Amino acid sequence: MSFINLKDKVVQVKIVYYGPGRCGKTTNLEYVNRKFRNQIQSEMVSLKTHGDRTLFFDFLPFDMGKIKGYDIKIQLYTVPGQVKYNATRKLVLKGVDGVVFVADAMEKQREKNIRSLNQLHENLQAYKESIFKIPLVIQYNKVDLKEHGVPILPTELLRKDLNSRLKVPDFEASAITGYNVAATLKKIISSTVVSIQKKLL
Amino acid sequence: MNYGIVSQEQLEQIDTILSEKLIKLGVDCVIIIDMAGNIITAKDNGESKYDVYSFAALAAGNFATVDAMAKLVGEAEFSLLFHKGQESNIHFSKIDDELLLISMFGTEISLGFLRLNVVEAIEQIRVVWGANNG
Repeated sequence: MSFINLKDKVVQVKIVYYGPGRCGKTTNLEYVNRKFRNQIQSEMVSLKTHGDRTLFFDFLPFDMGKIKGYDIKIQLYTVPGQVKYNATRKLVLKGVDGVVFVADAMEKQREKNIRSLNQLHENLQAYKESIFKIPLVIQYNKVDLKEHGVPILPTELLRKDLNSRLKVPDFEASAITGYNVAATLKKIISSTVVSIQKKLL
Repeated sequence: MNYGIVSQEQLEQIDTILSEKLIKLGVDCVIIIDMAGNIITAKDNGESKYDVYSFAALAAGNFATVDAMAKLVGEAEFSLLFHKGQESNIHFSKIDDELLLISMFGTEISLGFLRLNVVEAIEQIRVVWGANNG
């Protein structure tokens, strides 16, 4: 649930990057943090383990400028991807307005992507949200690995596995090089802002 | 559930309560957030420059974690939290199921005195909040 402050004319929008462990959620945010430095007023917050894995979440506030006189503040979060952290994943999803599902295109991760998407569905239900209704964008990350000889899943197969029923906007991407990271972000921001406008009208 | 939007009038009333009850007392910064990590309002003494957006995200996460721990030990909730430092301290108190009041203060205020004022502020805020959202 976005929060709208009528006095200061500020809208706060919560977007969560969700996906299996090591799929590149934090890497997405780190790229955004570097690339759009002039729109970000504070440091990225990362709560991670000694092994550099996300423990709780990463947080990056992002100024998008004004729409109809309202300042739009986008709050980007990631969840911890490791299987054992589902309780914390659920906490981060509280009040979410839009979700980016980051899938790992590596062949060996196929099942983990599907399992993670199913869990997202369940976790959203716990907050009476539906994966079919919430603004959602799917990103097939790590497509650059193909050049390095790592077997990756063809996009058509990923799409069939993850997006055949949802039919949401999706992108091939490489968070590490930045390919389609901004495109993914723009798409989820526009879907989310449109959905909030609809709810208000 | 209509906590997502709050009127200008409500916010002004809440800001007045925070100023009268807490900022005047010597509290450096007071923030009201919701459990999703959004800032409802923030007031400071004009000197402190905290990154309130990051703070709100972390505070909501912190409170949610403690709430989950409460359930594990069979408590319905731990409705307040206190973090003590050398120079500054943070006090968290639940306003209702969705809202949290956070006060950041230095060594010149005693915890007991702060708590008394927080309780009074929360009672007044509930009245303002309940008027349009009840």
